[in-house]
Amino acid sequence: MSGSAGGAATVDERLAPTSVVRKLLGRPELGAVVGAVAVFVFFSFAAPSFLQASSLSTVLYSASTIGIMAVPVAMLMIGGEFDLSAGVMVTTSALVASMFSYQMTANVWVGVLVSLLVTLAIGFFNGFMLTRTKLPSFIITLGTFLMLTGLNLGFTKLISGSVSTKSIADMEGFSSARALFASQWNIGSVTLKVTILWWLALVAVATWILLRTRAGNWIFAVGGGADAARATGVPVVKTRIGLYMGVALCAWISGQHILFSFDVVQSGEGVGNEFLYIIAAVIGGCLMTGGYGSAIGSAVGAFIFGMTSNGIVYAQWNPDWFKFFLGAMLLLATLLNAWVRKRAEAK
Amino acid sequence: MGAVLAAVLGASLAGCSSTGGKRAEERAKAAEAGRPAVSTPRWTFAMVTHAGDGDTFWDIVQKGAKEAAAKDNINFVYAHDDQAQQQAQFVQNAIDQKVDGIIVSLAKPEALKDVIAKAVKAGIPVVTVNSGSAQSAEYGALTHIGQDEQIAGEAVGTELSKRGRKKAVCVLHEQGNVGHEQRCAGAKKTFSGSMENLYVEGTNMPSVQAAIQAKLQADPSVDAILTLGAPFAPTAVKAKDAAASKAEVDTFDLNESVARDLKSGALGFAVDQQPYLQGYEAIDLLWLYRYNADTLGGGRPVLTGPQIVTGAEAAELEEFIKRGSR
Repeated sequence: MSGSAGGAATVDERLAPTSVVRKLLGRPELGAVVGAVAVFVFFSFAAPSFLQASSLSTVLYSASTIGIMAVPVAMLMIGGEFDLSAGVMVTTSALVASMFSYQMTANVWVGVLVSLLVTLAIGFFNGFMLTRTKLPSFIITLGTFLMLTGLNLGFTKLISGSVSTKSIADMEGFSSARALFASQWNIGSVTLKVTILWWLALVAVATWILLRTRAGNWIFAVGGGADAARATGVPVVKTRIGLYMGVALCAWISGQHILFSFDVVQSGEGVGNEFLYIIAAVIGGCLMTGGYGSAIGSAVGAFIFGMTSNGIVYAQWNPDWFKFFLGAMLLLATLLNAWVRKRAEAK
Repeated sequence: MGAVLAAVLGASLAGCSSTGGKRAEERAKAAEAGRPAVSTPRWTFAMVTHAGDGDTFWDIVQKGAKEAAAKDNINFVYAHDDQAQQQAQFVQNAIDQKVDGIIVSLAKPEALKDVIAKAVKAGIPVVTVNSGSAQSAEYGALTHIGQDEQIAGEAVGTELSKRGRKKAVCVLHEQGNVGHEQRCAGAKKTFSGSMENLYVEGTNMPSVQAAIQAKLQADPSVDAILTLGAPFAPTAVKAKDAAASKAEVDTFDLNESVARDLKSGALGFAVDQQPYLQGYEAIDLLWLYRYNADTLGGGRPVLTGPQIVTGAEAAELEEFIKRGSR
């Protein structure tokens, strides 16, 4: 980002204006945007039904379900940490809301709020354990991931007597909660789901935090180097715990969406999704080492994922190859990111 | 390098096998090469299932569907995911593509309720397969074709009682699968002895073996092991041998090694639900509906199982199992 653009000798080079092109080249999400355009053009030719408005709304919905989680996961990765429990935490949050409402015969909103508290507590636990034990976040959240997977199955079986929850569709508060978390608007043949709004709002808020607030500077500082950050007075512990609670908050939003769109929750689901969130963040320009990345990038990464996963279906290819494509795309996108970043820094 | 290559090629040419292998498979393929037998327009039917990646059972369902599609001049599209949300997404994809018919498995019925209603509203006929017999008609599907898991389980329980078993273990390889729970519950209901559930990690075969082995070592009085999928039966046999147990191993579904073990007596019996028939009939039913507005079953599920297969029958079925259609 720094470097002289040929300003006058009297002006400090760090204050010299940089050209718009140079500014763009320095953005983390540039490589992902190039990749997204490439994928879009590719599927426009490969799949005739891909360009229909109804198909694109399906792609957007698919992207939003990953994107809602990719935003906090990207922020966490900028802060230099991982969360492997993010996938099953979504299921946990849905299960808690559903079973609490049902068992207590309470208004559904009570279950939704209890679920928020429980999910935030799990996020706090992750952050607290990390800062207390000094173990790598990979290990801490791997433990949480396994524990939650077991708790999801164990508790659901214990309470509901089966592996999925009981229906809460006929309870008070269900329809209003559904309106907030899982409503949709039909405009002609196009169905727009409310998750797309949630997603865009989260991207906007996260971008504002990262680029315009003190907390955002802390996140970049902690990810760039925790010791240096601590030395300059950044509250490292608070920042890390906050990031994990951010992941928990979004897991709660995703979980409520799943609960209110399907009404019954399967206890064994969510395993493996944490990697999709990480992939979306990495395609979007986050570095595995922390200190670099953006929320907008994570959204572009999620959009690429949505286009690929649905595009393969629209192109009527054999789905056996899906994971191969996903892996290849991840590598290509990350290589492109690295190349663009090198070019930007070499100036 | 060249010499090595030549040696390998030479060895493989000289050492031809007159039985089995690729050549036998190609001969079988040539015998069943599909050409449309009808002159109806080329419709597109999409099949969306809850299968995980690399599931042998669903391969057979797919094979049946593909062969029926070839005969009925159908463009057949297949997608699968073991997560309900993704499965609903695939059905939505099929609606977006304006397909002429949708086949869907309802392992997680509530998650697919809305999207199936959408398909019905869009005028796309829906046939449900394999699981979801209770919800099929309610959601607006034409027909359900498959096996009632509860009934299949009860057949197993009856068979185990007939064989004079006292203590059985039901091995569930997918925690969270409702159909599996129903199978074990059904078997428990009609079994005269006692039965308990053992949960194993189906995606990790060595751990499946270790878990069954540990169970048999911990409780030597177990005299029957029931696995819920063909790939797990040989593993259970290995575990039984390693634990030096006298238990009889029985299984749901068929595959080549199950047929071999049935013939040799290493397995007691298998319960088949004819997956080929599920795929084949689903395509055929949609074709019949498109062509002649026919529906089958009179509003009730059409059952493809359970069939109890023992050693004698396995010998008859073996060639069909080998070519991957039973």
